[in-house]
Amino acid sequence: MSTAWMNKMATSPGQLREKVALFWHGHFACRTRRPDDSLALLNTIREKALGKFPDLLLAVSQEPAMLQFLNNQQNRKEHPNENFAREVMELFTLGRGNYTENDVKEAARAFTGWSYDAQSRFTFRERQHDAGPKTLLGQTGNFGGEDALRIIMQQPAAATFIVTKLYRFFVNDVPNPAHIEPLTVAFRKSHYDIGDLLERMFSADWFYEPAAMATIIKSPVVLVAGLRRTLNLKVDNDKQLLGYQKALGQTLFMPPNVAGWPCGRAWIDSSSLLLRLQLPSILFKNAEFAVRLKDDENDITPQTTGRERTVKNTETTHLPLAPIQQLLGGAPTENQPQLLADFLLQAPLRPENLALVQQAAAKATTPEERLRNTLLSLLSLPEYQLA
Amino acid sequence: MQRRQFLQSSALASTLLLVPKFLHALDRSENQLAARLRDAPGGTAKRLIVVQLGGGNDGLNTLVPFRNDLYYKARPTLALREADGLLPVSDELALHQSMKGLKGLFDQGQLAICNAVGYPNPDRSHFRSMDIWQSGSGSEQLLSTGWLGRYLDSNCAGGAPAYQALEIDDTLSLALKGAQRNGLALKNPGKFHQLTQSRYLSRLSQEKAAAPAGSELDYLYKTLAETASSADYLYEKSKIHNSTATYPNTDFGRNLKTTAELIGSGVESRVYYLALSGFDTHVGQHGRQAQLLGELSDGLAALAADLQKSSEWNNTLVMVFSEFGRRVSQNASNGTDHGTANNVFLLSGALRRPGLLNQPASLADLDQGDLRYQLDFRSLYASILTDWLGADDKLVLGPGIEKLAGLV
Repeated sequence: MSTAWMNKMATSPGQLREKVALFWHGHFACRTRRPDDSLALLNTIREKALGKFPDLLLAVSQEPAMLQFLNNQQNRKEHPNENFAREVMELFTLGRGNYTENDVKEAARAFTGWSYDAQSRFTFRERQHDAGPKTLLGQTGNFGGEDALRIIMQQPAAATFIVTKLYRFFVNDVPNPAHIEPLTVAFRKSHYDIGDLLERMFSADWFYEPAAMATIIKSPVVLVAGLRRTLNLKVDNDKQLLGYQKALGQTLFMPPNVAGWPCGRAWIDSSSLLLRLQLPSILFKNAEFAVRLKDDENDITPQTTGRERTVKNTETTHLPLAPIQQLLGGAPTENQPQLLADFLLQAPLRPENLALVQQAAAKATTPEERLRNTLLSLLSLPEYQLA
Repeated sequence: MQRRQFLQSSALASTLLLVPKFLHALDRSENQLAARLRDAPGGTAKRLIVVQLGGGNDGLNTLVPFRNDLYYKARPTLALREADGLLPVSDELALHQSMKGLKGLFDQGQLAICNAVGYPNPDRSHFRSMDIWQSGSGSEQLLSTGWLGRYLDSNCAGGAPAYQALEIDDTLSLALKGAQRNGLALKNPGKFHQLTQSRYLSRLSQEKAAAPAGSELDYLYKTLAETASSADYLYEKSKIHNSTATYPNTDFGRNLKTTAELIGSGVESRVYYLALSGFDTHVGQHGRQAQLLGELSDGLAALAADLQKSSEWNNTLVMVFSEFGRRVSQNASNGTDHGTANNVFLLSGALRRPGLLNQPASLADLDQGDLRYQLDFRSLYASILTDWLGADDKLVLGPGIEKLAGLV
């Protein structure tokens, strides 16, 4: 399932949909023991990733994977379980401080009876539903789950929360209120149209200013998918790539907890940085780099040996040079490092690094090797870790 | 799963922001490095070794209540008996028969056992419960940093290098990730050093002022520089002492040996983190657990003897934990399923209170078939942080955690 999605991210013409789906995959973080449920959740997310947020929220909230993960199966009239209601407000829509403990209790009552059947289909169990009046975020009525989501989405905090999180994913880890406020207003006016929001974000002048470049540390998935996509890499054994991705701390469908993956600098420590910087050498030069993964103690494979958990490179990727040569046109060799840097890096190539890249290129004996060395050294710069 | 709190902007996280100063990489010139090595104060500071038993070790068959009928009733075929060779440590409790090494340390007053350690509203999922133990959170909190990482944040601001906390593995656990500082993961100093030795990386790591201060790029270059200088330091330093002691010929045994060599070489790390996994014994528990506990016991006994020889055992505290214990009743496959409270072992040449530190959990008063915890694991952390590592536990764990007086 992971390899299939990674392939899509690396090759699909609908690149934006996959990237936004990756964002929602972290936003609506969920782990299940049932791969079919996880896949159903992902497909719902991919389908609605660029639509109206309330539709996405409702669909995700009614996915068996999410109901199971957040214990709404146990949320019954006599014994309400608040987990689902709380996470919907805290992590999916409003953020802390924008609701009260009483709102959590009342919303939990509204969600009673939301369940799924043995075939993993959403079911409303009327007998478990608390049909009495509730007061949620200042409104009173005999609310059900759909009403609760509608009322939550009427809060101004919802737009700010979602826009800020998307901004931190796509633009800059440090949110700028001057950029966010107009987007929030437009997002509400459009009835939370995600596609429209992203278009505004990507067409804003500030999106292309140098200050917005190279401000986000790529997640392992973005890094690996980006390498594959940009260079049109051919991969024979993508399981091995998944192993390196896991060593870097991100396995799709396995977020660390309900809050999703912590991002930015949290991806970086000494060992993960060394692996990141050597990943191009591993992929293009078959450089030796064995990593023993931690035992993740799942119940599907309770005991694995250290050997089984070791990832090694085994010459399974191929780098086609023709498209890059085409991209360069007939540019003279001495200009190639700078041209490729403009194409591959968001941060400017500094003179010391240009010199390093040129030195690596000069060691080559053929034009192909020269191009390969140039690419390899550019992609091994810390600058390539940034988007 | 219970309720969680997203602690991104809590009081705890904000106190950590008081240490914003990013470490400068050590000067890598050979002379300076040599001087550093010469001047390093060898092994005077106390250090902590954490051993994580992954998968949920069955505490009831590790420290066995061998006079308790309820134990035998709950485990008709899985219970261990005196005739199996149990190693009694009191009238009622005995260590598993494969733990002769630890029994020896117990008899010498170098092992302390805390019973019924856990936390309120226990979570029976491996990944979540391990997350709770590694982050030092409550079961209703979500922290994205580890307790030892926050120890680095709070205690090593300004001057201390990344190798203050080492994980003997290829990748770094959450436990050693802080908001500002991280520990460092290495399988052994040679392999780690070699990774930083490509000409290209080594040139990159020496670039000065590569990016605007405070930017993400600056952070990457500084981390790289610090990684390279730490690798140099650890590699040079670790040549000083090669252990000749015999450890189990397993990955865990080799990691213990690496740890002893680093300590014996006078490396200034305060924290070492090691894991032994495979304790998830749902099926056929007997053989598997016996093998793992034997490996643990033999390994730790070898470590204790080795560190005694290099006069470092009195400065070293080992803490052994698992993310949860297992259910009191055995299952239908001669195994046990995920449970709750468990025992924690403390080992050192200088324990203030050796032996059994508290009563084992009651087998008569269970919580839906599981042991009730008596001692919050964060109390152990707090005592170790304060009394052993000399840190401020409140900066690491937040307020309101009770310490255990005179534990270490």
